[in-house]
Amino acid sequence: METYGSWVPVWAVACSLAASGMILASSRRPNLREFWTLSAAGVKFALILTLVPEALAHRVAEARLFAIAPGIDLTLRADPLGVFFALVSSALWIVTSCYSVGYMRGLSEHKQTRYFACFAVCLSSTVGIAFAANLLTFVIFYEMLTIATYPLVIHKETPEAVSAGRKYLAYTLTAGVVLLVATAWTYELTGTLEFRPGGFLGSETAPAATCVWLFVLFMSGAAVKSALMPLHGWLPTAMIAPTPVSALLHAVAVVKAGVFAVIRIVGFVFGPATLSALGLQTYLACLAGLTMILASVLAFHQDNLKRRLAYSTIGHLSYIVLGAALLTPASLAGSLLHLASHATMKITLFFCAGALHVQLHKEKISELDGVARQMPWTMGAFAVASLGLAGLPPLNGFVSKWYLGLGALQAAQPLAFALFLLAGLLSAGYFLPILYRAFCRAPQPEAEPSQTPHQEGDSGHDASAWITFPLLITAALSLILGLFPNLLFHFWSLAHLVSDSILNGGSP
Amino acid sequence: MIGEHFPVLIPVSLLVGAVVSVPLGLWRGSLSRLVALLATGFSVVAAGVGLRHVLRAGEMRYSLGGWPPPIGIEYVADPLALFVVLVVTGVGFAVTVYSKRSLERESPQNHVPFNAVALLFLAGLSGMVMTGDLFNLYVFLEIASLAAYALVAAGEKRAPVAAFRYLVLGTVGASCYLLGVGFLYLATGSLNMADVRAILPLLPHYRLPFIALCLMVIGLGLKMALFPLHVWLPDAYTYASSVGSAYLAPVGTKVAAYALMRVWFGVFGPVAYALPIGAMLVVASVAGILVGSIMAMAQNDLKRMLAYSSVAQVGYIGLGIGLASPLGFIGAVLHILNHAVMKATLFLVSGALAYRFGTTSILPMDDRLRRAMPWTSAAFAVAALSMIGLPPTAGFFSKWYLALACLKAESWPLVAVIALSSLLNAVYFFRVLERMYLRKASAEEGIPGPPASNPGEAPPSMLIPILILGLGVLLIGLANAWIVEKVIKLAIPSGL
Repeated sequence: METYGSWVPVWAVACSLAASGMILASSRRPNLREFWTLSAAGVKFALILTLVPEALAHRVAEARLFAIAPGIDLTLRADPLGVFFALVSSALWIVTSCYSVGYMRGLSEHKQTRYFACFAVCLSSTVGIAFAANLLTFVIFYEMLTIATYPLVIHKETPEAVSAGRKYLAYTLTAGVVLLVATAWTYELTGTLEFRPGGFLGSETAPAATCVWLFVLFMSGAAVKSALMPLHGWLPTAMIAPTPVSALLHAVAVVKAGVFAVIRIVGFVFGPATLSALGLQTYLACLAGLTMILASVLAFHQDNLKRRLAYSTIGHLSYIVLGAALLTPASLAGSLLHLASHATMKITLFFCAGALHVQLHKEKISELDGVARQMPWTMGAFAVASLGLAGLPPLNGFVSKWYLGLGALQAAQPLAFALFLLAGLLSAGYFLPILYRAFCRAPQPEAEPSQTPHQEGDSGHDASAWITFPLLITAALSLILGLFPNLLFHFWSLAHLVSDSILNGGSP
Repeated sequence: MIGEHFPVLIPVSLLVGAVVSVPLGLWRGSLSRLVALLATGFSVVAAGVGLRHVLRAGEMRYSLGGWPPPIGIEYVADPLALFVVLVVTGVGFAVTVYSKRSLERESPQNHVPFNAVALLFLAGLSGMVMTGDLFNLYVFLEIASLAAYALVAAGEKRAPVAAFRYLVLGTVGASCYLLGVGFLYLATGSLNMADVRAILPLLPHYRLPFIALCLMVIGLGLKMALFPLHVWLPDAYTYASSVGSAYLAPVGTKVAAYALMRVWFGVFGPVAYALPIGAMLVVASVAGILVGSIMAMAQNDLKRMLAYSSVAQVGYIGLGIGLASPLGFIGAVLHILNHAVMKATLFLVSGALAYRFGTTSILPMDDRLRRAMPWTSAAFAVAALSMIGLPPTAGFFSKWYLALACLKAESWPLVAVIALSSLLNAVYFFRVLERMYLRKASAEEGIPGPPASNPGEAPPSMLIPILILGLGVLLIGLANAWIVEKVIKLAIPSGL
């Protein structure tokens, strides 16, 4: 990998930060405000897209800004892993922005300016997390994400939302502090915090017991955002937020920042050699496997659609963590691919849940009988995404699961392989009943008798184009990326590049 | 010519300002404020220019009245002293700018003496910082303390009692320090800091110097409100006027902490390492951090909450000093700056709230406050996030250096305390932020609304210092590496 100086990563972080300022300034002119959001999303995506060919050509854009602490620079580096995550989150920000406009206006929500401004800051932090070249830079953006998400979680300002916000802060701030301690300790031991493919923390820099403690600290810091059990409690509670927030943040940015942190720490701080020497990845794998199954089982119990999706998220995040913990070429690539596939599919599902809420004011699964007749496009997209999450070909969920399974076999871990299969079945198990209700059952006869005929006629079709188009796009993306995993964004090549770099210590 | 006299210039100009402002103020009321602005403004510039000069050309020493030390009184302008003076005068200047409207509201009759006393307070503090003489330090300590008692006493109805309590305890502290100086003089025959430092290692035994050190640590510990010697602080800060506590809280206790560093590291140095001063400071600081934070959670008045939070934050500084390591020193000194700026912002915001709503009680706060004063609330939020220690604000980096220092000393419980205290801070600050931003205004239990004639933000002379300090919290965070590399690292005492 050769490094070259470039400001592109900085602009990619800064453009949405600048946009948040513009959004606040144009609070009285909603159209201008939404223009800033959408244009920042477009610019950000374009900037990150220009980094993809460079990353594929083993050239890494790097921007050293200034010393943020003595000996540690605030550095952004667009390595393949960073580009991968930044690409996923910025691409989905575009569709989410469109969707947010439709959703927030459709429900005439209050404080839309704060909402869009915080959203922009969240995206800056997420891309900052992706491009952070050392642990301190990473922690700074990680904490910024926590704070910027808080106003979105409590957006409704109801007592439940406020208490969900408290729970969210209690989990994530604690995790941030733990991560800070781990970072400081690492700096104290090694004198460097620079991420390196294959890791920089090993037996030569720290005694084994210290490494174990550090791993525990790092993982508990990362596990909160990646919702690894038993630290997952905040995620279902945070579903009180408006649906686009759940979609982007609790399916793409925040939780993905958590699993991204896991991959960074596993691959670029400790490295496969240290982990397997200490046997640490086994514990991580056990925890992830357990979470995968438990969360899927718990998902069966949820009648609230968003909560079921939340538990499904917890389960699927553990696919990614388990893939990273298996430490084989295929499992690492599969883990990254699943990061992207889960993002497109889960965002589709949340978009659908939001569309149902906007159009029919339905939030419970038990109310969904026959909704596919009313909202065929929406429920079609829902079907595509949920089948994808169950791992059916030719959707992208199948591709990533294929590599994850392959990785489990490479690692000679039939148990992990079996767990992947079982979790796939469980996913099918908790999604198919929804599809059955929506497509095969007749609408409930006494459904909402109080509604006037006018309103019924109004709600008898898909939601507005601002809402329906984004969810169709993400569903289509799931399909296209399943058929051609390398199309458009080179996810497949990037994922394999990352897994090579981690396992071969940076040499291609 | 001026350059040569420069070390003494800052305390002298503030003292002169204090003296001049009274007759001028009695002649024309507004002149006293003008003098205060000029004196503090001048001292900020002098401190800034001086710091720049000293960083380039090395420390400067000045013998008062031409008497060479150790006989005469010496002033020392080294990077650390000028850095702390810059903090003191900078915050002092911001508060002076702010003070006009708040004083008009809270104590309309006595703004002339108030300005004079505030200048005296700042003069005392800057004298404490700049002096190189142990007894002269006592003199300035008393000047600053007496001024501080007056600043407290000028507050609301219950203030005189708080001031009396502060006076009694503060005098005990000052006397302890003076006794210590006496013992040290008995042992060494000198009062000049550099001279005493040179003599100490030559002494046959350290009985007297050790007694002296213990007394001085206790005295200064009381002045810096180190747990359990903090009991005077909450009442004093709560019942002082808004401006009074904005002068006192950000810098008052910090200068005592600075004096502690000077005495322990600068005068005693390696000689004192036989005494467990560091361990004692660490224990007291940890207790202060925990007790202060927990007590802060239980308060229903914003100023009182901030006062308890000061007890906790002084604990951070004490912890950094007590670790007696370069990193701990960096953490402590950086936190002197960070906490001064954050606490100044918070106290000024609470003063602005008092100005607009007539109360600083937390319980009735609701989102009308944020709607009336969006910028003030934003400054409060930034300073609060910094107190919690979230990046990229200044507070995060204090925590970073202190955590590194604790890790270097391999004291895990201390690391845990730093982590925990950050979460405790989050609890009590989010308690306020939640009310400020999220609680819907309700007619019957809410705060009395702003007077209809002048709704909205506090006047510009109050708002601008708040905003500049709030911005400072962010900028200091981003520039902390620069500050540490260019200033604080040069000030690390040789013995550490």
